[in-house]
Amino acid sequence: MAVVSPDETKLLAALRDGDEAAFRELVSMYHSSLLRVAQIYVSSRAQAEEVVQETWLAVLQGLDRFEGRSSLKTWIFSILANRAKTRAVRERRTIPFSALNPERVPEPAVDPERFCDAEDPRWPGHWASPPQPWPDDKLVAAETRGKLAEAIDALPGNQRAVISLRDLEGWSSEEVCNALGISETNQRVLLHRARAKVRTALEEYLR
Amino acid sequence: MTLVSLSCQELVELVTDYLEGTLPARERKWFEEHLAECVNCEVYLQQIRATIELVGALSPDSLSPEAEEALLSAFRDWNSR
Repeated sequence: MAVVSPDETKLLAALRDGDEAAFRELVSMYHSSLLRVAQIYVSSRAQAEEVVQETWLAVLQGLDRFEGRSSLKTWIFSILANRAKTRAVRERRTIPFSALNPERVPEPAVDPERFCDAEDPRWPGHWASPPQPWPDDKLVAAETRGKLAEAIDALPGNQRAVISLRDLEGWSSEEVCNALGISETNQRVLLHRARAKVRTALEEYLR
Repeated sequence: MTLVSLSCQELVELVTDYLEGTLPARERKWFEEHLAECVNCEVYLQQIRATIELVGALSPDSLSPEAEEALLSAFRDWNSR
C-alpha cells in the first residue's frame, strides 16, 4: 500500500502553509499526466482540460482533510477519476465497464502478414518481411517527433494513458496501476499494444 | 539451432514482458537464444527500445497561461480560508 513519501510530506506541509511555489510545483508535476488520464473518459481535449481544472480545485478543497492513507499522487488521481466519470455520465457518454482495461480482441504487435505461415515447412512463424534498420539521422529529426506525437494521439485512450505515463512521464508500472486502478497484467498488455503501434507508425514514416 | 523453441512471431509478443523483467526464466532463455541468432528480431527489439527512448524525449503537455493563472488565483482564495 502506497503511503505518503518524505518528499510528499514536505510538499504537503508547504501547501498547507499556503506556499504558492509548492502549488506550482505540484501542478507542473501532475498536470500533463492528469490530462492523459482524463482523456480516457471524456470525448474531447477541452473537456479533459475542464475536468483537470475541477480536479485541482477539489484537491485544494480536500487538502486540509487529506489524511495520507494513500500517497498524495494516488489521492489526486482518484479525485480525477471520480470527476471524469461524473462528467462522462453528464454528457451521456457510456463508459464501458472495461474502459480502462485492454480490449479482449487480440491485437498482434506486428501484422501477421509479415510472418511466414505457421504451417510453413521451413520457417514457420519467422519473418517474411523483416523490419529494416532505421536511419539514425531521420530518427532524431524534429519531424519524427511530430509523427511520434500523432501516433500517440491516435491510440485508444487507455493505451495512450499508459504509454504516456510510463514512457513519457517515467512512472513505474506500480504507480500506473495505482493511479488507474488496473492490474499489472492489464497495464502490461496496454503498454505492449501501445508501444507496438507507435513502433509501426514510426516504421511506416521512416520507410 | 535452437530457433525451434520460439518463432519470430511469438517473440515479438514477448518483448514487453522481456523488457519489464516479467518473463519466466525458461522463456527468457528462449528469448535470448533466439535473439542471439536472429538479426531481424534483434532489429525489432532495437526499434522498440528506440521508440521508448523517443517517447521519453517528448515534452509533457504544459498548462496554458490562462489555466495556470486561474489555478493560482484559486490557490490564493483557498489560502485566505
